[in-house]
Amino acid sequence: MMTAPVKDAAAPASGAEIKIRIRNLYKVFPTKKGPFTALDDINLDIPRGCFFMIVGPSGCGKTTLLRILAGLDEHTSGTLEISAPARNRPGNSMVFQGDSLFPWMNVWDNAAYGLAMRGRPKAEIKEVVGHYLNRTGLAKFHDLYPHQLSGGMRQRVSIARCFANDPDILLMDEPFSALDEQNKVLLQEELLRIWEETRKTVMFITHSVDEAVTLGDRIMIMTAHPGRTKVMVDVPFERPRSVLELRARPQYGELVYNIWGHLKDEVQRARAQDEGR
Amino acid sequence: MTDAAESSAPQSIIRAAKASAQASGGLSREAVERLMNLISPIALIGVWELAAQLGFIDVRFFPPPSKIFQVMWKMIENGLLMKHVGASLQRLFWGILYGGVPALILGVAMGLYRNLRMIVEPVISATYPIPKSAILPLILLIFGLGEASKIVMVASGVFYPILINSMAGVLEIPKTHFDVSRNFGASRFQTFRTVALPGALPLIMTGVKLGVGLGLVLIAIAEMVGAKSGLGYMIWNAWEILSVETMYVGLITIAALGLVFSLALNEIERLIVPWRSAR
Repeated sequence: MMTAPVKDAAAPASGAEIKIRIRNLYKVFPTKKGPFTALDDINLDIPRGCFFMIVGPSGCGKTTLLRILAGLDEHTSGTLEISAPARNRPGNSMVFQGDSLFPWMNVWDNAAYGLAMRGRPKAEIKEVVGHYLNRTGLAKFHDLYPHQLSGGMRQRVSIARCFANDPDILLMDEPFSALDEQNKVLLQEELLRIWEETRKTVMFITHSVDEAVTLGDRIMIMTAHPGRTKVMVDVPFERPRSVLELRARPQYGELVYNIWGHLKDEVQRARAQDEGR
Repeated sequence: MTDAAESSAPQSIIRAAKASAQASGGLSREAVERLMNLISPIALIGVWELAAQLGFIDVRFFPPPSKIFQVMWKMIENGLLMKHVGASLQRLFWGILYGGVPALILGVAMGLYRNLRMIVEPVISATYPIPKSAILPLILLIFGLGEASKIVMVASGVFYPILINSMAGVLEIPKTHFDVSRNFGASRFQTFRTVALPGALPLIMTGVKLGVGLGLVLIAIAEMVGAKSGLGYMIWNAWEILSVETMYVGLITIAALGLVFSLALNEIERLIVPWRSAR
């Protein structure tokens, strides 16, 4: 089995400022059967403005890594450095997996949540939330409640909430995994379009190789538990990108095929481990 | 009472849909069903009246409904009924307020903080099953024969269902919602206000409905001892002077209040929990 030289692979592509630096990061959960290593020696340098993708079989600790970055979980050992955000700007905002909108708030209040919690002035909230609801095509649905929206619209609100908060880093935990293919492509297009406005640093988790190649600048493929960096892949496509146009390129197919090669072993290994338990 | 209240929202949607489908054929389904609701009470009153008039039942215990309504009308005219209803409602109001607000705050806090829950829950579980009517003598001893003892009685009944439902309501909120509030920088108080409280609101409303119903039961019991006004007093007093019709007037009034409260609370729920219609 091939193991990538992790340090080299994690080095930044250019001299860009490093936004997130992770060294020897471990996450170990105590379980009844003894300690369970979810993340095993993760090393990463993510430059500012990088759209960073993490792909791996389910249960490889992707979400754990994201939650540690979000400050929702603690890591067991290792160092995690995130360069300080500009004044008045939150460090990160997350688009959660599945339904995370508050059912008791309408679209507008959901999208305005971060700004409202930070006590931003009303005029600013109105302008920023209005902008992102417009960009996500939700403006005329602003007073509907989540249960009145389709799954795709709900994820749009979730994305608008994240962007409206204007964080330094966007964390996305399989935001499109529950959507059908057509909606997924539409939302990927939309996400790229909105992201182009600010080009914030993004850490995006997915189990879809297509999604990783379509959206990312760099892809980290993780091993099945314990979660390790298996290999790093740079995505050569220029920006701005068009989701559908990319798919027509032979290079796209090659890259997807390549990554699948790395991933297949891991998926099979994960399955074997699951069956062995 | 709660069962009907809980299922009323989705039901009304189904009914509305059916009603519009059949709108062309005379009476709507909704109207027909509403009329059907009236059949059994009207039939009961009719049979009762007939049986009393014909001497099948002892009118000393079961006076004919026509006579009960006559007495009721007289009591409305001379203001006596309103005086008693007013007294009971006032005690009910303060009892619900004094019992409900602390229950709500403590219940939500217990839902939010595990340690607090571990400490307080045994006391709640142990005292909850004590029949509130059984502590009336103790309450009379402590709070005397005045208003306070009645209000405390109601408060003790309202307290438990609201506390238990508020706690359960918070525990039922998906963890993701708390992750969101943390990730978006909400303070403790903001989390309480924007996540815990609204998230628990559907169950809190269930608790309020249960509590109000129980409060109505307890106020009638409390007023039977040492009160000079209120529906409970009115019923007890009627027994002492053997005015059976007045007793029935009291019972009917309590039943009517229960119905009005239940309808009003359903309406309030529809207004403050607009997202509940989803379930």
